[in-house]
Amino acid sequence: MKPRIAVWKFSSCDGCQLSLLDCEDELLALGNAVEIAYFLEATSRVEDGPYDVSIVEGSITTAHDEERIQEVRENSGVVVAIGACATAGGIQALKNFADVEEYKRIVYAHPEYVDTLATSTPIGEHIKVDVELRGCPIDRGQLLAAISALVLGHAPRTKTSPVCLDCKQNGITCVLVSKGRPCLGPITQTGCGALCPSIGRGCFGCFGPADTANVDALTAQLRQLGMTDVGIDEMMNTYATTQFRKLVADQAGTGRGGSDDSGEQV
Amino acid sequence: MSHRTGGRILNVKALARVEGEGALHVAVRDNEVLDAKLQIYEPPRFFEAFLEGRDFREPPDITARICGICPVAYQMSSCTAIESAFGVSVEGQLAELRRLLYCGEWIESHVLHIYMLHAPDFLGYPGAIEMAAEHRDLVQRGLRMKKIGNQLMELVGGRAIHPVNVRIGGFYSSPDPERMREMLPDLRWALDAAQETVDWVNTFSFPAYEGDWEFVSVVQPDRYPIMGDRIRSASGVLDIPVAEFLDHFSEEHVAHSNALHGKWDRGQYVVGPLARFANAQDQLPPGAAAAADRVDLHGEVRNPYKSIIVRAIEVVAAYEEAIRIIEDYVRPTAPAIPVRPRASVGHGVSEAPRGLLYHRYFLKDDGSIDSCDIVPPTAQNQPAIEHDLLHVVEDNLSLSDADLTHLCEQTIRNYDPCISCATHFLEIRRVDV
Repeated sequence: MKPRIAVWKFSSCDGCQLSLLDCEDELLALGNAVEIAYFLEATSRVEDGPYDVSIVEGSITTAHDEERIQEVRENSGVVVAIGACATAGGIQALKNFADVEEYKRIVYAHPEYVDTLATSTPIGEHIKVDVELRGCPIDRGQLLAAISALVLGHAPRTKTSPVCLDCKQNGITCVLVSKGRPCLGPITQTGCGALCPSIGRGCFGCFGPADTANVDALTAQLRQLGMTDVGIDEMMNTYATTQFRKLVADQAGTGRGGSDDSGEQV
Repeated sequence: MSHRTGGRILNVKALARVEGEGALHVAVRDNEVLDAKLQIYEPPRFFEAFLEGRDFREPPDITARICGICPVAYQMSSCTAIESAFGVSVEGQLAELRRLLYCGEWIESHVLHIYMLHAPDFLGYPGAIEMAAEHRDLVQRGLRMKKIGNQLMELVGGRAIHPVNVRIGGFYSSPDPERMREMLPDLRWALDAAQETVDWVNTFSFPAYEGDWEFVSVVQPDRYPIMGDRIRSASGVLDIPVAEFLDHFSEEHVAHSNALHGKWDRGQYVVGPLARFANAQDQLPPGAAAAADRVDLHGEVRNPYKSIIVRAIEVVAAYEEAIRIIEDYVRPTAPAIPVRPRASVGHGVSEAPRGLLYHRYFLKDDGSIDSCDIVPPTAQNQPAIEHDLLHVVEDNLSLSDADLTHLCEQTIRNYDPCISCATHFLEIRRVDV
């Protein structure tokens, strides 16, 4: 029997599930290899669970979604969280560090109509997630590789090395060292193929931190380029803010992170 | 025709798509439609709030994240708003590259909508993958057309979803002319395929309904509008510079929706392909103009179901424009023009595939954002969608619940709202009133 796949949306821009429809060369073959049992962006045919694989896009920002994600877990063999929203809370997690009531007043004439939690949280904070694919958006090659692996019955593998390594392997001139442009490549997980450095632009961290990230070393370098601490903070805390904040907190006082104990303020 | 007595409620529980999770509620009593509400309950993400205090260079990347289907629209409206605040304007080859990138987005979004979201409604399939079982060649044609749109976006933008190459003043790097020209054979194939698409969708059967609204779009003096600095209504009662947009249009916060409702001081209006076509049909490039003649569409098309034909005509135009821009392309001397921040306000507008997208930024001397406003097309079309639903239900009360529900979904998808596929999960509950 074909594996049954479901695709779920939570708070997001829909770009990551669009990545699946953007697999133009593979989509019809995929439709033959698996049963697409629930995927509202592609089909109105809705099959009940259980599902072998659930692909989850988006973050949890409402009480209703807190319940809905539990149902997804109960009905799924493997849960794959895709994209920065599902793996890190997404850009909307910026509200976690602000006053959400104030945010409501800024955007809405009637804040009392708006139903939202104070935080935007990744799927993994609510249920057990089996596979995470990062990125804002995800890389569709990684998505196809993950689905193929699961269909074949083995665990997907994704690279956890930093973007920096991709630049070296692909012969891309270092934008940080040679052009003096702020770049999060040394501390960001790859997956994009060093897309931003390849066009002469610094990485802005949309895949979240790499395992080997050394925040202190990069912070010192960014200060040397004339960045303020506020600027450095905003650069790290936009697309995968919860992950970078955790990284900075974990490394504070270890000599590998935090911005209080090293470097000169510019 | 059989008439029902008593009441019924059509309940679309989860319009879960694109820019929105939403639902549809229609209440009927004694052959009278009491209420039609398109509820968008996609959780708010507060972009306008967290942009406050951020640097002027960030909105093209940050606001792109509002929509994965039309990120370029957000990038272009934010760029032009901020550039106008700083008193600069991107011209020449850089402006052409922006138009090329935007053509890629129109192609990707329109072809997705035509082939994968809307055509299955007309032909009676749940989706494109199911449609492919009987029409494999057609679906493959659509997928290849869409892929070429994505490749244009990758070529100019670096990435199809949330392009990385866009910046205030232009681009981080300009594409290589050789690589651009390598796309020409595929684009020429796609242009033929787009013409065939117009003829294909023209064979569909269109429900009889005409909407009574004004058409509002951006206009450009010399070409079919994508980016521009004036806004016009097709009747001519409105013709304003972008800076006056909020003097005429506002957003209303209604209890049932997290999307603000667009309001015009002169009444009901729509944005999108029908509005652009009504305003600028005579500016279509030759192939698209010929296609419009062939299917006999002219000026104000008031049947919203025929928007699929207009979308197909715009796809022809986008491929033609892409070919023209690439053939004429000369690499600009610099990938971006310099900008200097100053305390000011800037307005920007552009035509997202689904319609007019307005941005306004108040900026401080240091280049940080004091406050901003974003008015997306789906919010502006929401009242028209509700208006159409009300009339479509009223005109078709004799249909079974299943058929009426299907017709409602199809009606919502006419607007390619970022909630189209939401309508895929429609549930009907009968009640006795």
